[in-house]
Amino acid sequence: MPGINYFYPEFEVVRNDARCIRCQVCARQCANEVHSYDPERDLMLSDESKCVNCQRCVSLCPTRALKIVKSDCRLRENANWEGDTIREVYKQALSGGVLLSSMGNPKNYPVYWDKILINASQVTNPSIDPLREPMETRVFLGKKPEKLERDENGNLKCELTPQLELSMPVMFSAMSYGSISYNAHESLARASKELGIYYNTGEGGLHEDFYVYGPNTIVQVASGRFGVHRDYMEAGAAVEIKMGQGAKPGIGGHLPGTKVGPDVSRTRMIPEGSDAISPAPHHDIYSIEDLRQLVYSIKEATGHKKPVIVKVAAVHNIAAIASGIARSGADIIAIDGFRGGTGAAPTRIRDSVGIPIELALAAVDQRLRDEGIRGNVSLVVGGSIRSSADVVKAIALGADACYIATAALLALGCHLCRTCQTGNCNWGIATQKPELVKRLNPDLGYKRLVNLMTAWNHEIKELMGGMGINSIEALRGNRLMLRGVGLTDAELRILGISHAGE
Amino acid sequence: MLAIDTSNMDFLELGKRLRETEEDTVLRGCLGQRFIAAGMKRRKLEIHGIPGNALGAYLDGADIEVFGNAQDAVGDTMNAGSIVIHGSIGDTAGYAMRGGEIYVEGDAGYRAGIHMKEYHEHLPVLVIGGKAGSFLGEYQAGGMIIVLGLHTDGPIVSNYPCTGMHGGKLFLRSDCKDILFPDQVTARPASAEDLKEIEPYLRQYCVHFGGDYASLIGSPFTVVTPDSRNPYRQMYVAN
Ligand code: SF4
Ligand code: SF4
Repeated sequence: MPGINYFYPEFEVVRNDARCIRCQVCARQCANEVHSYDPERDLMLSDESKCVNCQRCVSLCPTRALKIVKSDCRLRENANWEGDTIREVYKQALSGGVLLSSMGNPKNYPVYWDKILINASQVTNPSIDPLREPMETRVFLGKKPEKLERDENGNLKCELTPQLELSMPVMFSAMSYGSISYNAHESLARASKELGIYYNTGEGGLHEDFYVYGPNTIVQVASGRFGVHRDYMEAGAAVEIKMGQGAKPGIGGHLPGTKVGPDVSRTRMIPEGSDAISPAPHHDIYSIEDLRQLVYSIKEATGHKKPVIVKVAAVHNIAAIASGIARSGADIIAIDGFRGGTGAAPTRIRDSVGIPIELALAAVDQRLRDEGIRGNVSLVVGGSIRSSADVVKAIALGADACYIATAALLALGCHLCRTCQTGNCNWGIATQKPELVKRLNPDLGYKRLVNLMTAWNHEIKELMGGMGINSIEALRGNRLMLRGVGLTDAELRILGISHAGE
Repeated sequence: MLAIDTSNMDFLELGKRLRETEEDTVLRGCLGQRFIAAGMKRRKLEIHGIPGNALGAYLDGADIEVFGNAQDAVGDTMNAGSIVIHGSIGDTAGYAMRGGEIYVEGDAGYRAGIHMKEYHEHLPVLVIGGKAGSFLGEYQAGGMIIVLGLHTDGPIVSNYPCTGMHGGKLFLRSDCKDILFPDQVTARPASAEDLKEIEPYLRQYCVHFGGDYASLIGSPFTVVTPDSRNPYRQMYVAN
């Protein structure tokens, strides 16, 4: 049937011919091979059907001759059958395949962070100027003792279970080597070291070159157990058991064999070219008791010296699940909201499974408090923390710290084109192709991450100072510092905050 | 050899005692303590009694011999070393192991050898003397699983073996006429060349548990291999 498989390209390349000097930088820069040069006519041509709007060519064009715009050649407007929805039907009718997307859920669901406002002091309870007065943003993650205890001589017992010390309440969350590049990992590792925070290996193992950053590394154990062995767990500052991920709750991961080159193969400890399949469940975990077993097997293998984190996706029963995890022996619970990013996830799952992190966090913190076990664990939340204000709101809702990933990738140059799954990332992040990887210079990348985090830390202090709070400890779970705008009674109840004006 | 009487010891205490020394050790009166030898490096460990779940998890070179049965998750994510069980074992033995050898004299429970992997010179081997439960070798990505079907009349393996298999080899000492395999694998009678591959492990089995190599190899074996290392490749369309 002629024409039925043709989609008019989503984007158009607009080239200002008066500015174009035929330098062909765009052709060399676009790994999707959109641009080409026709010497006979001395013309730059574009095959827009391959363009993903990553803006690489736009950014590198020396004469600013390029612009990528959304095409206005589209089907008749229909608020129910939107262009993307129709296009997805076409794609599946053609291929019979499951739709695969990347990065976080882009749909128009409510972002509760943007409906929560932060308090400040006026007249009474003066605010604090962070430039003049000491402010504490350091946090310790791990189990906290329920009460002070003294030995027979009356001295305080100071023995704590292992803790992670963070200079500020933000860490880089799990992104595996395989889903992101060597240079991206190096940038994250070096930035963590300089900042006194942690990055997370994801489930792809730890590259031998990065063992030196072990004290700032969280190593992950997922259902596929890629690259997991004793030295790997020994190398990390903490071990994270990945039960789920916000972008794809309830399903596993799948790194296609094409991305498993010699280096990734060595790091994941699997054969080259073979798919790396992490099934949905850990096949030895069917209960909290089974989870406890994995937690303790890791603790035994590492001599009880490292905190164990259990990471779960925010799903409907998250409060009950977290309550179970808090009794499993885990030291830290990481909860990933439904907007969390991913290198690849089935579109339908990414866009329709899970719940917002704001609601999950509030529900979990409340539940653990109600049950008197909040001190058993620290809470780390991720799944679209976009700014220092989101961090402050999360802490006031009850988090101990936040995980960020997309924001960190943006700092490294990601332009959110959402085609990580192709492995053709023009910014050198979500790719294993050497010629693309080298576009991300880790010397600069790590500095940009340090800049971003330093700036956030200043802002966190400023926001805290405004509330008259000088330590992150005093902000945690301090929901009186928050008000909602435009939220329903149910939303306010779950968030445990009052409406603005109340 | 250091001897520890474990009969009144909890797993935390036992783990601590084992980490305190690098000497070869014998445990007596073992009563279900979990996580024994987790991550243990090169040394010998002899266990009398029944070790609990996750024996030799992340094992990294130690040689363990158990005189008794063992429970679930033996050799979980094992890297190197050996585990010899003079008895039967519970579920998920050798989960994601990528190196070393496990020999079980008797039967294995559900999900034995799932996620087994291999890379470079690391080739894990799991030998089960009796029969294996359901889901044997699920998601197997490498290594070798050998089931001998000794001391049993029923089927050598229960339901759904090899689902999601995308690497490695599975040997069953049976013609497997009564076994249903999934579409993405090929099960065929083992050739002389295939049998060469498993010879050292069968001989080792006989060393550990007695028995006669010639009579073991004399019966027909079926070998199962995956059709593709990329079983899920076709399922997706970029969006
Ligand atoms: S894919 Fe990126 S580099 Fe290529 S044409 Fe489109 S915007 Fe430019
Ligand atoms: S990481 Fe690369 S491919 Fe993925 S969204 Fe960012 S720019 Fe695009």
